[in-house]
Amino acid sequence: LYEDQVGLMDWHQQYIGKVKHALFHTQKSGRKRVLVSTEENVVASLDLRRGEIFWRHVLGTNDVVDGLDIALGKYVITLSSDGSILRAWNLPDGQMVWESFLQGSVASKSILYIPKNLKADKDDLILVFGKGCLHAVSSIDGEVLWKKDFVGESIEVNHIIQSTDEIYVAGFVGSSKFYVYGLNAKNGELLKNDHKALPCDTFGELLSVSGDKFVVLDKTRSKILTINIKNGEISYKQKPISDLIEDSSGQAVILPSRLPELFALRINSHVLLIKVTNEGELVLVDKINNAAAVSDALSIPEGQHAFAFVQHEDSKIHLFVKDVNDWNGDLLKERVVIDHQRGNVDKIFINNYVRTDRSYGFRALMVMEDHSLLLVQQGEIVWSREDGLASVVDVTASELPVEKEGVSVAKVEQNLFEWLKGHVLKLKGTLMIASAEDVVAIQALRLRSSEKSKMTRDHNGFRKLLIVLTRAGKVFALHTGDGRVVWSILLHTLRKTEVCEHPIGLNIYQWQVPHHHALDENPSILVVGRCGPSLAAPSVLSFIDAYTGKELNSLSLAHTVAQVIPLPYTDSTEQRLHLIIDINRYAYLYPRTSEAIGILQREFSNVYWYSVDADNGVIRGHALKSNCIHKVVDEYCFDFRNLWSIVFPSESEKIIATVTRKSNEVVHTQAKVMTDHDVMYKYVSKNVLFVANAAPKASGEIGTATPEEASLVIYIIDTVTGRILHRMTHHGCQGPVHAVFSENWVVYHYFNLRAHRYEMSVVEVYDQSRADNKDVWKFVLGKHNLTSPISSYYRAEVVTKSQSYFFTHSVKAIEVTSTAKGITSKQLLIGTIGDQVLALDKRFLDPRRTLNPSQAEKEEGIIPLTDSLPIISQSYITHSLKVEGLRGIVTVPAKLESTSLVFAYGVDLFFTQIAPSRTYDSLTEDFSYALLLLTIVALVAAIFVTWVLSQRKDLQEKWR
Amino acid sequence: MEKGKGVMGSGGRRWGVDFSDNSTSRDIPDPPGFSRASLDQDDSTLSRQKKDAESNWKAQKAWEVAQAPMKNLLMMGFMMWMAGSTVHLFSIGITFSALWQPISALQSVGKMFEPYKDNKVELLGPKLLFIALNLGGLALGVWKLNALGLLPTHTSDWVSSLAPAQEVEFSGGGVNLG
Repeated sequence: LYEDQVGLMDWHQQYIGKVKHALFHTQKSGRKRVLVSTEENVVASLDLRRGEIFWRHVLGTNDVVDGLDIALGKYVITLSSDGSILRAWNLPDGQMVWESFLQGSVASKSILYIPKNLKADKDDLILVFGKGCLHAVSSIDGEVLWKKDFVGESIEVNHIIQSTDEIYVAGFVGSSKFYVYGLNAKNGELLKNDHKALPCDTFGELLSVSGDKFVVLDKTRSKILTINIKNGEISYKQKPISDLIEDSSGQAVILPSRLPELFALRINSHVLLIKVTNEGELVLVDKINNAAAVSDALSIPEGQHAFAFVQHEDSKIHLFVKDVNDWNGDLLKERVVIDHQRGNVDKIFINNYVRTDRSYGFRALMVMEDHSLLLVQQGEIVWSREDGLASVVDVTASELPVEKEGVSVAKVEQNLFEWLKGHVLKLKGTLMIASAEDVVAIQALRLRSSEKSKMTRDHNGFRKLLIVLTRAGKVFALHTGDGRVVWSILLHTLRKTEVCEHPIGLNIYQWQVPHHHALDENPSILVVGRCGPSLAAPSVLSFIDAYTGKELNSLSLAHTVAQVIPLPYTDSTEQRLHLIIDINRYAYLYPRTSEAIGILQREFSNVYWYSVDADNGVIRGHALKSNCIHKVVDEYCFDFRNLWSIVFPSESEKIIATVTRKSNEVVHTQAKVMTDHDVMYKYVSKNVLFVANAAPKASGEIGTATPEEASLVIYIIDTVTGRILHRMTHHGCQGPVHAVFSENWVVYHYFNLRAHRYEMSVVEVYDQSRADNKDVWKFVLGKHNLTSPISSYYRAEVVTKSQSYFFTHSVKAIEVTSTAKGITSKQLLIGTIGDQVLALDKRFLDPRRTLNPSQAEKEEGIIPLTDSLPIISQSYITHSLKVEGLRGIVTVPAKLESTSLVFAYGVDLFFTQIAPSRTYDSLTEDFSYALLLLTIVALVAAIFVTWVLSQRKDLQEKWR
Repeated sequence: MEKGKGVMGSGGRRWGVDFSDNSTSRDIPDPPGFSRASLDQDDSTLSRQKKDAESNWKAQKAWEVAQAPMKNLLMMGFMMWMAGSTVHLFSIGITFSALWQPISALQSVGKMFEPYKDNKVELLGPKLLFIALNLGGLALGVWKLNALGLLPTHTSDWVSSLAPAQEVEFSGGGVNLG
């Protein structure tokens, strides 16, 4: 890959994830920006004008951001890892200024509090409560000035209050005793404390409504408790919710918006705004119907406190900005048109600016239900970010529509003049007579090629739709040409409702892929979701048209979903049959048609499934038995019987990884030619499972066990018969194990505690019982039986070859390239800890490598054995880019046999094409047709000229 | 002589007298003054000797043509040895030239020996020798082809395109959906 090829066949997109905290920074005359922290552990600075990323840091997987604030007007302060890491980033460019590790012993709520105008000696303080301790940290250099441990008091600190030179810490012990501690701000000395037993248990979080007043709900959620702290003394009042509103039968929730002397209570579908007077009384101010989100209060220099809330109405939202103390006057009232596929407003943050007429304007940053981010100003969406794409859960690929005759594609086609101009420029480049402007124009033409962004299928199969399911329950279709969103749909089955409180999308499956009706029918996909994290939660299915993004159908299932098994059978409309296994161990057939029943009945005795119970260390195999014996007869429900089980000894082995072959993988040949024309036959069964078991003591993080305690046992198991084809033990090794299974080999990555290095091993499985087929004449005359159907119950004599190598990087994901016919050689795509993807040729992982290969082995391409796998820097297919937060890699075969399409997703998205054996079946994209035509024309002209000359010479000869 | 030929030639040869017939069956005595010995020697003997020489020459030439592939064989063997035993442009060219020359020569055996056809000359022997030598050259080419590894004489050459066997059973599943 060369520099001028970057961006031609690949694209890279950067995201930040769903926003948790947002801070506007618009004070100075420099660039206006908004600082955000997200659920993907990203801290970023966004341009307020366009929404682009100024700078961004992706923290580790366990480094969850707990708080975000600005200190000294120039440092972004982040608290993360449950209140144990405090960092300061330089506001303009994101450079880390300092980092502090805060020690503590117990898990607790994390609070980041930056008081105003509070100094200890010359340092501005940052107060952090985390892991049961209160720390005072200097803003300048991150030094811990003092520390107060609250572990002995068992207090669950909820709030930190500042009062001149004293700091009050308020919280609960248990759920009904309220405590306040007063500390000296300069040295953390305990000055006073008070506590009071509340009359009932509490529910939810304590909300501060001013410096000294708190509100909290009781356990039954029918009363509001008001707690007042004055000079360290605690007093409280109670008020039933029914005193405020007549219909109080629903569940009440106090919204976490921080408003001075005001708070928001959500009950049923309304939001009540309740004012807390100086005497601690509660007064209902207003009742908002269909309210979606309430913002925090924003101080305006004129002494007002503005806050915003949003109401929904069809595809519009109403944005209100009001003064906390003047309810009847509207500071802002706007109506915004928003795409309904974004869902409801989840969070809102507001900021103010001064208009040209010196009055105040407001802008609102909205986090939508689908995790996208919008900036709304003057009733318009200024910019939007599709940050739901930072949480991709599953990916599948779909073809684009076939190009139909007569359908106009003039909008994307170039006209003839532009085509000629492009080729003239390219010709100049080839002949080295192009100027600098021409070179830039050529590169821009290549990058902006409209060919790769068309919405129809191409001959090479490079243009496809990548259909991704995100955690928000939204499905996007991305074009592989340039990565743009072709369509998106927020599935209503995966939206939060009263019936379905925590919907999550699980997987995407290919449902209908028409080959014989490609011009008439559109392909469709199946999205499986669930209404909660538990296996017993209700499940939903959605069917989506892959071309248009419309939801064709959806089912709320009467049963749960533990597994979804796509079967290798399709019906006459080319819908794929799926078996859904529920938690009660019944199998349900989809689609529910009589034709599907007929197909399954025909293949009844050949359909098996297996389950892996990693917690108990058991793998079981099952076969279909009969229809279920239920109260209601359901002919699409099947009971099954247990065929076999493998129980691993729990005291020595614990399942940590399993991997199977991809169901749609194509194997070109079943024979592998060894040196000296020997032949070995691959064991290419798809019904194989690779299992990696670690010793129980070594199933945690690296370093938690000694080499003597650690061992890694791997199995290769036939999932039809339960036969263990291969077993191997790696002593002194442990997980995490990342593995990939392809054809007849498996490659896995683990850690060697003795060598203190990561290793990769390869295991290749061969069928020795077919090795008797050596007679050449049988093949010449076609008398062999090697291509007749084979059963797993035929007892193959399995032989394996394996080798291990050191590998430098730790690994996040492993995938293998896949092509349409399986002829091209394979490369492993290794997602490394640096969030890049390394392409490693399979020839480096060949068990036949030896220290001194023979001449025949060298000719065959066997690489001499070394103890390490080489990491060639040019082999990174992500070149100079990073896929931050890399979670998975997906490969899709193109129609060209030489090429695979690679999609890597994490917080970022990356797509490229890869040709492991070079592009042997196509001209390169920079092939100059103009130069070829010019050469042909020149040759034809030369032929003509020389013919004329030879005719003339011949004539003169004859006259002599 | 010339005049007589012109008179008879306008309509083609109508009759001829073969004076070289040396049959001694005649009983007529020689005319007075005629010397038989000198006449026979000058005419018929020379003619006979000439024809015999021509036939001998043709036979000799046929045997020379039949032996010509031997030199070609030696040269081709040397070139093959020089080309080495690995597959590259030069060795492939030499090998296929070694195969093509005998084949084209065998196709034109009849044409090769056409100039030497004579009812007194036996051509079967030279033809058989020619064919044998060219078959030897062809065998040399095939041997070279095998040395380069381009002949399908091993099992591996026949199984490389064998599609995998179709499986009867299907098994799916795994860990529960998270």
